[in-house]
Amino acid sequence: MKHDVSLRVNGTTTDDTVESRQLLVHYLRDTLGLTGTHVGCDSSNCGACTVLLDGVAVKSCTVLTAAADGAEVLTIEGLGSTEDLSPVQQGFRQCHGLQCGYCTPGMVVSATGLLLDQPSPDGQQIREGLEGNLCRCTGYQMIVESVQWAIENGGPGAAARAHADRAVQAGKR
Amino acid sequence: MIPAGFDYLRATSLEHAAQLLASHDDDTKLMAGGHSLIPLMKFRLAAPTAVIDISGLAELRTLELEGDMLRLGAGLRYRDLEFSDLVRDQLPLLAYASSTVGDRQVRARGTIGGAVVHGDPAADLPAVLVALDATVVLRGPAGDREVTAVDFFLDFWQTAAEPDEILLEVRVPAQPGRAWSYQKFHQRSQDWAVVGVAAQQRADGSHTLGLVNMGPVPVRARAVEQALADGAGIAAAAEHAAEGTSAPTDLRADGEYREHLARVLTAKALSEAGAG
Amino acid sequence: MGSMVGASVVRKEDPALLTGQGRFVDDIQLPGMLHMAYVRSVQAHASVLSIDVEDAVGMPGVLGVWTAADLEGLSPVRSAPGMDRPCLAGDTVRFVGEPVAVVVATDRYKAADAAGAVVVDYEPLPVLTTIEEAMAEGAAPIVPGQASNVVMAVPLTESDAETELAAAPHRTSLRIRNQRLAPVPIEPIGCVAHWEPSGLTLWATVQAPHPVRNELSVMFSLPNHQVRVIAPDVGGGFGAKASFYAEYLLTSELSRRLHRPVKYIETRSESLVSMTHGRAQVQDIEVGYDDDGKLLALRVAIVQDCGAWPDATGSGLPTLTLFMSGGCYKIPVIAASFRSVATNTTPVAAYRGAGRPEAAYLIERVVDVVADELGIDSLDVRRRNFIQREEMPYPTQFPGIVYDEGDYPALLEDLLGKIDYPALRAEAESRRTDPDKPLMGIGFSTFVEMGGFGPTPMFEQFGYIGGWESSTVRMNPDGSVVISVGTSPHGQGHETAFAQIASDALGGVPMDRITVLHGDTGTVQEGIGTMGSRGIPVCGPAVQKSADGVRQKLVKIAAHLLEADEADIESDGETFSVKGTPGSSIPLSEVAMTAYKPQRLPEGMDLGLQVMEYYEPTNLSYPSGAHACVVEIDRATGAVDVKRYVAVDDCGTVINPLNARGQVEGGLAQGIAQALLEEVVYAADGQPVTSSLIDYQIPSAPDLPAMETHHFVVKSSFNPLGAKGLGESGATGAPQAVTNAVIDALSHLGIRDLDMPLTPFKVWTAMRTPRAAEPAGSTELAPGQVPDGLPTSDDDSTDTPWKVTP
Repeated sequence: MKHDVSLRVNGTTTDDTVESRQLLVHYLRDTLGLTGTHVGCDSSNCGACTVLLDGVAVKSCTVLTAAADGAEVLTIEGLGSTEDLSPVQQGFRQCHGLQCGYCTPGMVVSATGLLLDQPSPDGQQIREGLEGNLCRCTGYQMIVESVQWAIENGGPGAAARAHADRAVQAGKR
Repeated sequence: MIPAGFDYLRATSLEHAAQLLASHDDDTKLMAGGHSLIPLMKFRLAAPTAVIDISGLAELRTLELEGDMLRLGAGLRYRDLEFSDLVRDQLPLLAYASSTVGDRQVRARGTIGGAVVHGDPAADLPAVLVALDATVVLRGPAGDREVTAVDFFLDFWQTAAEPDEILLEVRVPAQPGRAWSYQKFHQRSQDWAVVGVAAQQRADGSHTLGLVNMGPVPVRARAVEQALADGAGIAAAAEHAAEGTSAPTDLRADGEYREHLARVLTAKALSEAGAG
Repeated sequence: MGSMVGASVVRKEDPALLTGQGRFVDDIQLPGMLHMAYVRSVQAHASVLSIDVEDAVGMPGVLGVWTAADLEGLSPVRSAPGMDRPCLAGDTVRFVGEPVAVVVATDRYKAADAAGAVVVDYEPLPVLTTIEEAMAEGAAPIVPGQASNVVMAVPLTESDAETELAAAPHRTSLRIRNQRLAPVPIEPIGCVAHWEPSGLTLWATVQAPHPVRNELSVMFSLPNHQVRVIAPDVGGGFGAKASFYAEYLLTSELSRRLHRPVKYIETRSESLVSMTHGRAQVQDIEVGYDDDGKLLALRVAIVQDCGAWPDATGSGLPTLTLFMSGGCYKIPVIAASFRSVATNTTPVAAYRGAGRPEAAYLIERVVDVVADELGIDSLDVRRRNFIQREEMPYPTQFPGIVYDEGDYPALLEDLLGKIDYPALRAEAESRRTDPDKPLMGIGFSTFVEMGGFGPTPMFEQFGYIGGWESSTVRMNPDGSVVISVGTSPHGQGHETAFAQIASDALGGVPMDRITVLHGDTGTVQEGIGTMGSRGIPVCGPAVQKSADGVRQKLVKIAAHLLEADEADIESDGETFSVKGTPGSSIPLSEVAMTAYKPQRLPEGMDLGLQVMEYYEPTNLSYPSGAHACVVEIDRATGAVDVKRYVAVDDCGTVINPLNARGQVEGGLAQGIAQALLEEVVYAADGQPVTSSLIDYQIPSAPDLPAMETHHFVVKSSFNPLGAKGLGESGATGAPQAVTNAVIDALSHLGIRDLDMPLTPFKVWTAMRTPRAAEPAGSTELAPGQVPDGLPTSDDDSTDTPWKVTP
């Protein structure tokens, strides 16, 4: 079965026809070419596929594209740019919160989602807030410090805030 | 991992969902958050021919206090329960237990209704609802019916919900201002409980308890409750925690260890919930 | 201009990776690209009676299904002589997950459907899941053509050290099971093959593109220049992406046949049974020592579980374990031997540390056991046996294995300066009798490992053409710099670290004027790759040498332009000037441009500013460290909580402290997780029990402690940078620090040893098992105390054929 879907992804409306079973992560990656969102497992454990869906961090490998029809999505590409990193992205850079970079987009989006919910979590709360994201490189301490850096320097950032505000206005968050 | 093909059907109302359910075969599944169903489909452990999406239905998002009964729509997500002031005030045990499910992203999608109808004895909420004397409301072709949580869970991943029934809501007697505890023992933070114990103090000072992952269904720890009623102290009452259970053996624990954990966690839970 | 080496520079790699602009293999989309999926064995050992592909072939979008019979003539994956592994199983499957067929379709969904539609009919054969079963009398050989399942038996030493052991005042035996682990880089294996008339291009998740090119070249009888292997951004490797996988060959062959690019991306469930596992050793150890804890003799016999198809690297890894089995101690004699054994399980190869963590664990457990036997502090045993600073470089008894400079006693004292050991010890003692508080234990690990692999004679043994590394430094006409390196990073931060080295060597060229290229056999000169902590110690000197070559030429040109003597030329990275002659300066860009203007060059000077250098290390380097771990154990549940982890590491020269900290902490995380959480488990019938991340327990943030990491630098004289490498130190140092702490916390219960992972279940089981009557040296859980099918159920009381009996 096919479905016409319309989503707003990183501020741009996208209209496509998708199969019932298509996972949102594959729509983002294969159809839209937004390859920053990664796949690291098949059991919803690793969180590499995390995106903001209507203002909330979700695992896009466990969401059907068809079910996301009408939703607004913010991916790592929409969070900031190399010239204008979001505070969380900048925090990861300053505090060496990434190594291979594969879990990083999911980790950064997840941390952004955490800060949208909870503006100043302490170290333990940051760890718990990121429990749905697996990193095999860092050992997490430098990720915790990266998020702490972001808390001191602008929190989730303008793009994420605007995205979340729209979700609130739409009654979705 | 990719699900086998199926037809995705989005219900626009409860009535529409019921119609869709009636007009499709038994291999049709209702989906709310999809966080139990989609993983199973990706592993091809489930391959429904059609999936009816009920996640958007406002009718399933009831969240209100009616008398001393909290009505929780089946479509409420863990996240809704975790962050709701009403739930935090009226059923802090449920709000807290919801905050321990999976991880933040999972809690953003998974629903209380999904947790209930999936019938996983290792899940947190079923045992909590059993401890809280919750009732589930099902809507089928013959009308609505209520089933107590204790009666609802029949076996591993099996519940009293018929294939043509839709879970509408969960009704839970409110427990404002009373002591409670949820003790979840797990190996990693994102894991299911090896064993969990939910304890709720009642208006009359008595306690009710539910056990996670101590058998094919969530277990009401009646023997502990009885011992307390008979005047036993915490330690003595907790000794009864494993009675009537049939704890599974897996990589994390054997039955004996689980029984031991049930006793240990029950003692902690009772202590935290103001028993003795 | 300050030195860049030693500066905490943020990474050049990060802006792209942080904004979703990294380019990983699965991000590659080519016109007409097809998707390959495997049909994998669901049996651990079985005859393949038939493969019915009819339904699959007829499905929409399917281009074909291929079995071994359809691919006759395709080269196998090379391994040790006589053990080459076919790309697809033929008439026999040997482990769950072994590919039996491949499907190619127009998208990954259709490929998955078609793979699911292939029906394989199996007839089960006896399954040999454990090394005990595989080595039992009469066990049929798993690998065709082998006489038994012992595929390799190497006595590394002539002596069995029996004389010395017998003469020692004390003698203790210990069996250690270093459990099987899954490397789990968050990016699984993937590749895209594109066979064109001009040759084959393969994008792949590899740590070493040049060796993969060499293999493909041989396999397809193509000259090297017609095979291009590209490692784009690679999402972690940890050793497992250094192995050669059949999918590289199959996608290439299918691209050749179908005239279209073919992509393969492994799922996590596939990865957990297909990507090589690590560790999986059983070690029988005997140690002789005197009343003071002075070690007099050590005997180590290792059985390495190789899995169903012994890997070229994996089957020989116990050699490294044995080389390092003496740790940082002077032990007069070590008797060393190993056997590598095939079982009906996933093949085993390198995983972070690859053979050395198994050594560090064993000797550091031995030291603690000796201390326990004698009733003395384990730190005293360590101090009494340390190799001293003045004895270094220290030749071990193994030819060629010579430790470079290090100061093990000082490392330990430095560590002790960061913790209050007497207070911790007193607290731990008081906890033993205080039932209201958790038990507490303190564990130490003073270890040395190997880094900087080669040199060539060593690395040739693992199938590489050399142990050297290469670098080309080119200065462009505008004075900016492009460096090509032969290593192929996957998280290590080479682009930043090598730019730092080059910046200094070039006299201070700014970091943002330097680009580092890597991971492409089409554009990078010959290289070897990234493994064995060799990036900085082996490739670093190559970068330094080649940058220095460019600088020498710059100085010559500058001297010519300034009409001064070379010796008088000074540079600040942006200008050249003549010493003591104010106003006589010329911008670097002008000097660089001159290199491309033949008429302006000094007579006889070659055009251009490009220098390529190879660096062949004289020997391995030997990073070391002293770590302390403090744990609490819940008396009621057995749960272990790491309260503190302090690491002091000597990796020699530190290029970038920020990167270095990341490398150490990441390694520690894997080491702590090995100690407490991780293990690949098979059921008795060979079915993997841990084939998803639900069951295979890699930690998330709340599961690990904050770590305290420090450096203690003793430069190596073995390479010009003085660096030793540190990618594997954390994973090598941590497991025994944690285990020693747990055993310390439990020692008053008579518990002497437990095998990792120290899960709550295992610790609780041990705590309630009566121990007082057990003889010294008995180290395993008593038989029958743990339910069947669990990781610790090895029955120690049964004499197995490979057990060394005293």
